[in-house]
Amino acid sequence: MSALVQPGPFQPEQVLRDFGVGAGAIVTFTGVVRDDGGNLAALEIEHYPAMTQSSLTAYGHEAAKRFQLSDWRIVHRHGRLEVGEQIMMVATAARHRHAAFQAADYLMDWLKSRAPFWKREISRDGSTRWVDARDSDEHALSRW
Amino acid sequence: MTFDVLYFAWLRERIGEPSERIESSARTVGQLVAELAAKDDWHAAAFADMSAVRCAVDQELADMDTSIEGAREIAFFPPMTGG
Repeated sequence: MSALVQPGPFQPEQVLRDFGVGAGAIVTFTGVVRDDGGNLAALEIEHYPAMTQSSLTAYGHEAAKRFQLSDWRIVHRHGRLEVGEQIMMVATAARHRHAAFQAADYLMDWLKSRAPFWKREISRDGSTRWVDARDSDEHALSRW
Repeated sequence: MTFDVLYFAWLRERIGEPSERIESSARTVGQLVAELAAKDDWHAAAFADMSAVRCAVDQELADMDTSIEGAREIAFFPPMTGG
């Protein structure tokens, strides 16, 4: 049960080492920098260092309680990330798959709208633009 | 009271500083915002549309009615876009 915030890349197999021992179901989700319009060079992710770790840990504990997870891990990067790089990963471990899937979904909804990260797109021509929060992400929270 | 006020993302850019130390008698986030917005054009621009501003008091998410009495660090930022 841990949350990690770091600038550098992570190896999923390392994140999953000794994870969820004894669980019947492990679900992982990995977010990747994608280029929808063919013009994106990279993302710059800003965060609020004093708050990030504690908020990720709080959402992890909440998910564990709610879905009776035996283990969870969150890794989230900040700084400059090129297209194709992994941004973040959540892993959830439970007795059965339904709880593990739901907990991963729940964690992603909370991380997207309530963890203190802000994405800025850097285009190939060097111009930058802050990514707007989506109403659909905000609405997703009301499911829980 | 003295507060450390932090800004992130485009709020930081509009104000031109990542943080500032503010002496204020404000008792809620909303009162502090009113004081900050009156400081100069940059602050006014940052706080012009409060529907696009979120806040944390001592690293806990807060709203405009949240008390800041005894708080040390007030942060303002746009809606989060993590994940």
